[in-house]
Amino acid sequence: MGKNRTPYLLLLPGFGFLFTFFILPIINLAQTSTQTRVSGGDTGQYEQTLRFANYVDAFVDNKEQFGRSFLYAIIATVLALAIAYPLAYAIAFKSGKYKNLLLVLVVAPFFTSFLLRTIAWKQILGEEGFLVPTLRSLGIISQSTTLTSTSFAVVMGMTYNFLPFMTLPLYASIDRIDPRTLEASGDLYANGLTTFRRVTLPLSMPGVVAGTLLTFIPAAGDYVNAAILGNPNTKMLGNVIESRYFKIVDYPTAAALSFTLMAAILILVTLYIRKAGTEELV
Amino acid sequence: MVKASIEARGDLRLTRLTKTYGDFTAVDDLSLTIPKGSFFALLGPSGCGKTTTLRMIAGLEEPTAGSIHLGETDITTTKPYQRPINTVFQNYALFPHLTIFENIAFGLRRRGQKDVKEAVEKVLNLVELPHLAQRKPTQLSGGQQQRIALARAIVNRPALLLLDEPLGALDLKLRRQMQIELKWIQKEVGLTFVHVTHDQEEAMTMADTIAVMNEGQIEQMGSPADLYDNPETAYVANFLGQSNLIKGTISGNDGDSLIVDLYGQKISLPKNRSHAIDNSTYAGIRPEKFRISLLNTETRGNVLTGGHIEDVSYIGVSTQYQVEMPWGQELMVFEQNDDGVAPFNKGDAVNISWEPTFTFALRGDEDVTAGSQIEPEVLDEE
Repeated sequence: MGKNRTPYLLLLPGFGFLFTFFILPIINLAQTSTQTRVSGGDTGQYEQTLRFANYVDAFVDNKEQFGRSFLYAIIATVLALAIAYPLAYAIAFKSGKYKNLLLVLVVAPFFTSFLLRTIAWKQILGEEGFLVPTLRSLGIISQSTTLTSTSFAVVMGMTYNFLPFMTLPLYASIDRIDPRTLEASGDLYANGLTTFRRVTLPLSMPGVVAGTLLTFIPAAGDYVNAAILGNPNTKMLGNVIESRYFKIVDYPTAAALSFTLMAAILILVTLYIRKAGTEELV
Repeated sequence: MVKASIEARGDLRLTRLTKTYGDFTAVDDLSLTIPKGSFFALLGPSGCGKTTTLRMIAGLEEPTAGSIHLGETDITTTKPYQRPINTVFQNYALFPHLTIFENIAFGLRRRGQKDVKEAVEKVLNLVELPHLAQRKPTQLSGGQQQRIALARAIVNRPALLLLDEPLGALDLKLRRQMQIELKWIQKEVGLTFVHVTHDQEEAMTMADTIAVMNEGQIEQMGSPADLYDNPETAYVANFLGQSNLIKGTISGNDGDSLIVDLYGQKISLPKNRSHAIDNSTYAGIRPEKFRISLLNTETRGNVLTGGHIEDVSYIGVSTQYQVEMPWGQELMVFEQNDDGVAPFNKGDAVNISWEPTFTFALRGDEDVTAGSQIEPEVLDEE
């Protein structure tokens, strides 16, 4: 031992970074979450009193936003999966020489800022955009219906913004499938649907799991889409944390909510991986 | 309709089968009947259309023209999953997420067959790998995967089993062993096997009938011995083993034999081995059929004199000689090292002789290099 220190040296920068910018702030946040206001002190002045009831208060006061965060995140994840799977499948198997071009197009949105793209959705869904007048004239939505500042807009924005995070792992996973295994499935009396269910889908499960996690986790904590595309009734937990921190200067509640959100995501993700993992991933 | 095609049995008949990709014709007006129960090989270099033909039989490619019949049933446009045909894929294409047992059971389950367990166990015993049932394909060696791919196909008792370069990924020794095993299994299960390969030795070891393919067409079809001893074209003569092709003129008749003039020396050959269409011909003799003797020693059969030994390679069971003839051509001669005679030396003046029945005659307008310049096939990974 001691001879081969290379792996540890290689790990050092990563550990150092994570320690400074993740572990230390998390500890700090944990301390903050049980603090209470100094009586008679200034705004933003808190002292440690180990008041764990902060968690209960924070949760009870924001149950609604909690539920909404997970509901929106789940809907956006399911929508993104439904859109990205055929897309990734087509890029992997049907795009021929356009494969690389299509992959570039998938990540092309990253060349402009996240905020800018989200604001652009405001215009797409706005009264002057092409979408609303078209849907109205087709009678799909009523003349008085608007799409901006709705939960629909928030979910659409989230679906759109996280789509590449769903598409890329799916593509990586589907692209690795040997097309001959699909031919073999057809050769062994499985029709198209059965081949998808028995061969393609199980073999792409690593991509499905990675893609849904990469979409769901940031979506559950997202506040930009709700802030830009939503209204006061579509607030997600991210928005509450943001306003507690920066507007109300209620650090303990913001910290307690952050931890609760983190814990909830961890529990959900663990359950999900357990469930998806029963298929025995390749 | 669906049921009818899945239960079709009988001879496989390809009628004027054609497949084109843009300007490229992969399979060109090919007609062929493969009798039920036979071991049939499609042999040819890469790009000759053999794999495309196989894929059309499997239903993985749609023919541009022509038809495919199995017995009396037209299966030309039948979906792959509705054909009573199974394939052993090149590189096997086992399902990596399923156990060996489930890989083999896949086809049975799709058809809702009962007694899946029993059928799978039986076929695992046939390929002598019953202990691997619960493993995953990646935990198996190449040879084991090959056998499982075979088991996965034959467990369905198809009317036709297609083998696409099934032994291409195995090393030489294992390949030899599997050739014998495949032949044995085919006899054991009594299915029709259609085997695609570029390896002439593999085709000759296993198949009852070989069709040599060239540029989308069948160049010649027959038993391995037929093709080897009596090739009809230079392509077949060169692709199956090696041949010495000597330019000559048919100068006369002698009962069942033809007299051929090779650069002034007369030889004879059986009429039924001549494929010449006029007087000009190439006389063909396999290198191992030649005998070498020093000048002024006794010879019998056809004799060509005036050679001298240009090169000697001793390779154990035999010695290979290059003999330069007076007209400048170098002939290949393989002599078995079984007669206690010391090998000849470079520069020795020799006669070459052989039995007339071992001679075949090709058309005089043939390209004598056809089929001999083909690179060893690199198995494509796509």
